[in-house]
Amino acid sequence: MNVLEKFEAKQLQKIRGDKKIPEFSPGDTVKVNVKVKEGSRERIQAYEGICIGRAGAGLNENFTVRKISYGEGVERVFPLFSPRIDSIELLRKGSIRRAKLYYLRDRSGKSARITERTTGHGFDEESLAAEAALKAEQKANKAKKEKPADGEKKEKKKK
Amino acid sequence: MRTGLIARKEGMTRIFTEDGTQVPVTVLKVDECQVVAVRSQEKDGYVAVQLGAGKARVKRTSQAQRGHFAKAKVEPKKKLAEFRVSNENVLEVGAELGANHFVAGQFVDVVGTSIGKGFAGPMKRHNFGGLRASHGVSVSHRSHGSTGQRQDPGRVFPGKKMAGHLGTERVTTQNLEVVGVDLEDGLILIKGSVPGNKNGWVLVSDAVKKPLHKDVPKPAGLKQAAKPAEAKTEAPAAEAAPAPTEAPAAEATTENKE
Repeated sequence: MNVLEKFEAKQLQKIRGDKKIPEFSPGDTVKVNVKVKEGSRERIQAYEGICIGRAGAGLNENFTVRKISYGEGVERVFPLFSPRIDSIELLRKGSIRRAKLYYLRDRSGKSARITERTTGHGFDEESLAAEAALKAEQKANKAKKEKPADGEKKEKKKK
Repeated sequence: MRTGLIARKEGMTRIFTEDGTQVPVTVLKVDECQVVAVRSQEKDGYVAVQLGAGKARVKRTSQAQRGHFAKAKVEPKKKLAEFRVSNENVLEVGAELGANHFVAGQFVDVVGTSIGKGFAGPMKRHNFGGLRASHGVSVSHRSHGSTGQRQDPGRVFPGKKMAGHLGTERVTTQNLEVVGVDLEDGLILIKGSVPGNKNGWVLVSDAVKKPLHKDVPKPAGLKQAAKPAEAKTEAPAAEAAPAPTEAPAAEATTENKE
């Protein structure tokens, strides 16, 4: 390992901590929980859509999520290891035939659908178990977070 | 005036700060950077330290160089460079400098040898505009225009900007910010790019055009793990003791800032 790789590995460890990122690939539907700062308060906003590509490697990896928001296509590029990302949830695997799904930009409605994938990589016993564990963990985290967050929500309503 | 450092450019990457912003950084490695000789006012007419860095194979080092290194009792070095210093910042021969020579938040000037571009045209070399894409221009879209006047003066003035060799020259980039240092691995993180290829040698010194950071170690940031032969006098040994405590502190401050 050269000096730069070593440095990046160290950085990665520092940023990641005990955060777990699910194995997802282009075509998968993901939910990205982004930390949003509003004034002095910080809350988590979910951004859900189809991952249309991943680029870069290691610390510099990023992924693009596309969704249709109020009839308008929106694409957001997230650095995979950004501290602004609270967590990533894998909702649905998609069956696709290329690495970058840029063709979705020219399509809408029915033709922009991606069929669900139920075989292939990520469906052997080992990864299924890992995925289930990750989901359970995320759920547990959510439950933990929601309890103190309840008060905040009420405040919001009052406002 | 403090001495600078010889470092090797390892490449570029990014670091994330706490609030999610990304900082592009160049990673420089300080590799066995030692004082090989000292120039004094009495003997040489100026005050400077000669530093050496990297590890050269003894077999590949000339007899004369071997003598020079033997005199300083250091291993043969790959790169040698002199830094002018003021009288109070002169170092002992053999003292080893570490990445803790710099602190996060300070500004530095970096000297390197720029990447060679070969024989480059006037557009690339001097930012000329070139000729038009159409309206009768043929073949010479990227050429320069006229190079002078008519029969009088009848020659091209010296210094006329034309195509020629570009790159592979000494380039100084001023006022680059140090984002962080890692004493253990000998890494200096510099915001933005520095001149030169990967694995090229660069000279890093305090920025000339900015006030010196208040936390920088004086006379220099020496490595604690100085070999016994090198820590002959008290000066480097005394300096080596506070050095490691300073380095984590500096790192901690960067983390806090992040």
